[in-house]
Parts: sequence; structure tokens; C-alpha cells
Amino acid sequence: MATSDKVLDVAGVSKRFGDLEVLSDVSFTVDKGETVCVLGPSGSGKSTLLRCINWLEQPDAGQIYLNGTRVGINSAGTVMSDRDLSAIRTRIGMVFQHFALWPHLTVLQNLMEAPVQVQRRPKAEVRDEALALLAKVGLSEKRDAFPAKLSGGQKQRVGIARALAMRPDLLLFDEPTSALDPELVGEVLVVMRELAREGMTMVIVTHEMGFAREAATRVLFMDHGRAVETGSPQQFFSNPETERAQQFLQRYAGDTAAMRR
Amino acid sequence: MIHDFGIVWSERALLLSGFANTAILSALAAVAALLLGFGLAPALMSKQPAVAWIARFFVDGMRCVPFLLFAYIVYYGFPTFGVRLDNWTTGLAALTIYNAAYMAEILRGAWVAQPREPIEAGIAFGFSEIRLFRRIILPPLLLSAGPVIGNQMIQIIKDSAFLTIIALPELTHAASSIQSRHYVPFAAFITAVFLYWGLCLVIEAGVGSVGRVADARR
Repeated sequence: MATSDKVLDVAGVSKRFGDLEVLSDVSFTVDKGETVCVLGPSGSGKSTLLRCINWLEQPDAGQIYLNGTRVGINSAGTVMSDRDLSAIRTRIGMVFQHFALWPHLTVLQNLMEAPVQVQRRPKAEVRDEALALLAKVGLSEKRDAFPAKLSGGQKQRVGIARALAMRPDLLLFDEPTSALDPELVGEVLVVMRELAREGMTMVIVTHEMGFAREAATRVLFMDHGRAVETGSPQQFFSNPETERAQQFLQRYAGDTAAMRR
Repeated sequence: MIHDFGIVWSERALLLSGFANTAILSALAAVAALLLGFGLAPALMSKQPAVAWIARFFVDGMRCVPFLLFAYIVYYGFPTFGVRLDNWTTGLAALTIYNAAYMAEILRGAWVAQPREPIEAGIAFGFSEIRLFRRIILPPLLLSAGPVIGNQMIQIIKDSAFLTIIALPELTHAASSIQSRHYVPFAAFITAVFLYWGLCLVIEAGVGSVGRVADARR
């Protein structure tokens, strides 16, 4: 089965919402230390794919393995209990498009909440680690602030630190910069680039082509619920294999040119 | 007129014990109703139709019964089913059960209005079931529903006056005794009104401090 450095193995995952087939037979793997950027037009199923990985959406078919452990289905072949599913979810960090910080907790409490309450790690140790993570994302002075008092970029950096505080095997990013004002995107991408360099294993759904081109180890291109093409960013951006990817990149280049004008 | 209030003052021990009963009864009922509401609200939101339906039936049913009638039903109904409680406990049970339905509906309303993503983040970070509700869902609910919950607590204080009909010696009952003993209705009842108002001010102060906690997070 899974080799030792294969962190994520998605095999033949399908998902439909009513009549709409959102994912059809999607397969891909992520090795330890890889940064995989999932690209594709809106509605191509990228976010649903990400949400199937930690079973926020229950796939209709296919298998997902995290470090060789089946996600969502137990050894008897039935759907896992909430408790078992929770245990797996603590090993997968997630960063949300709209930050999804817990509004009643301070920044530091947001980081400590799941490690203390769910992972049951000692409070003092979690606190030290959380403070170090806040320093890493440049928000030490905001530790006692409530999320509502932060800018979008700061919220998302807290969101990333909160996910890291779980010491996850895998980090999922669901369009982490899409809800940000353009001038705030940079500060979040800086943090993500740093994580990529450090060898954090990440799957990132994004529309930031520049980021994907320079920070991804691999690109997964999706269209109409299918994994159409995968490859190195150099290969994908300069010489896409499929016509759909070519069209997608052309449209993006057009948009960027229009924005610069 | 001054003389009438003098009579009420001479009965201050009775009035004070009525006031104490009202205060204790309302406080216990408010806390118990809120706690029951914490249990009922997730049932109202349950994905299992049977659970949601039963909770909905109870909540809607309660909200359509006048409290006075409900108090009678509990008072006369409990003994029929072999449950014998004193008047005080019967009154507390009636107030609690009745208002739990309102508390549950208040919490459900606030829950539906919450943004979905922070709750989803809770699930993604491994929270589930009771821990998810207690740590992630409930605190923002209480902050946003604070004023409405306070309102319902004021309603509980006022509803407790109905319990005079089952001879529970609360504030209205005390005022009523004083007026019938000395025939000073205006002085007796206006004094009771001011004492009720005092209790409501305490609730208002509580709502105010919850509001300040909530504002810091907005």
C-alpha cells in the first residue's frame, strides 16, 4: 500500500450534489514535503476535493488515505464514528477562505483551543509553541486581540498559525487569499512560501498563479470535477498538455494583462 | 396614603420573604431553563428528523399554552401521574419547563444566524458532539443572544407572579395577603411593583456586562 513518504493518497474520489457531479473519479497523491497547488476555473470542484480530504464533505465513492490510514471509513467498511473521524482530522490542518477564526477567543486562545481541548496536550507546552508560531507569522503583539479587531491579512496569518499549532501531517488551504484585499495578499503568501521552503506538506487550492508557479512542487489542474492534468509548475505553465489547461492559462494571462492595463 | 404605606412597612417581613421567594425561584428557574435550553437547542437543530420533530413539538406546544393554564396543569397533573411535589417545587418545575422552550427557541434562532465557517473549522480541527457545542458553538451564541436571554429572564420573573394561584408564597402572593388583611391594595401592589422592578434592574445589569464582553469581540 502507501509508501512511507506518501502522506496523502486520494484514489478515485467522486462526489455529487443532487444531479450535479462535482467530482468524478479524482486520484492524486502527495508526498511528504510537497506543496501541491490545485488550480482550475471556478466550479471545477477544487474546494469540494479539499473538503473531501478531511471529510467535511463525505465522498460518494473512492478512498482517501492519510499516512496509510483510511479516512472516514473504518476497518469494518462502515462510516467512522465522529470520535474516530475527529482523531484523524486533528492530523490535518485546514486554512479557510474566510478565515473561520473563533470570534469569542483571543488570537492566542484560537491557537491553543484545539491542541488543548482536542489533542489534550499540556497547556504550558501548547502555549509556548503557540507564541513561537505567532512570532513566526509576525503577530506576537496581537496575541490578546480578538479576531474582529484584525485586518484580513492578519486574520489569515492567525488562521495559518492556528492550523500549524495542531502539528498536522498535512495542511489544506482553501483559497486562502481569495477574500483578501489585493494589498493584503502578499503578507499571507510570504508565510505560505516560508512553509513550502521548510518542507511542510501542503495542498493549496488557489487562484494565485504567480505563487503556484514559484512555490509549488506540483500542480494539479481540475476542470468539471476531473483531475485533468498534473505536473511540475514549469511544465504546466510553459507547456500545458491539455487544451483545457491551455485555455485556462490563456484566460488568466488575459485577465492579468487587463488588470495591469 | 402615607398611612397605607406605613401598614405595608409594618408587614415588611412578609413582603421580604415573598420577595426572597420570587428572587430565588426566578433565579433557579432562569438557570435551569437556560441549561435545558442548551440541551433542547441541539435537538431542534438535529439532523435526525425524529429528534428534531419531538423537540419542535415540545417547544411549539409550550409556547402556545398560557403560563397560568400550564401552572394549573402541572399543579393538578403531576399528582395524577403519581408525582407529588410541594407547591414551591411544583412552581419551580412549571416555570422551568415552560421557559426552557423559549430559551431553546432563542438559542436556535441565534445559532441559525451564526456564520457557518467557524463551526466548520471546529469540526475540521477535531471537535465533535458535545465538545463542539460547548467550546465552539455555544459561547458566541450566548454573546449574541445575551439581550434576548435577559429579556426572557425578565419574563420569568413576571411569570412567577402567576404562581400565586397555586398558593406559592412569592411576592405577588405576599402583596395580595397584605391588601386583603388591611385593605391597602394600592400601597401593597405598588410596593410589589417596585420590588419587581428592582429585580429586573439586576437582570439589565447582567445583560449590560454580557454586552460589554460581546462588544470587545465584535
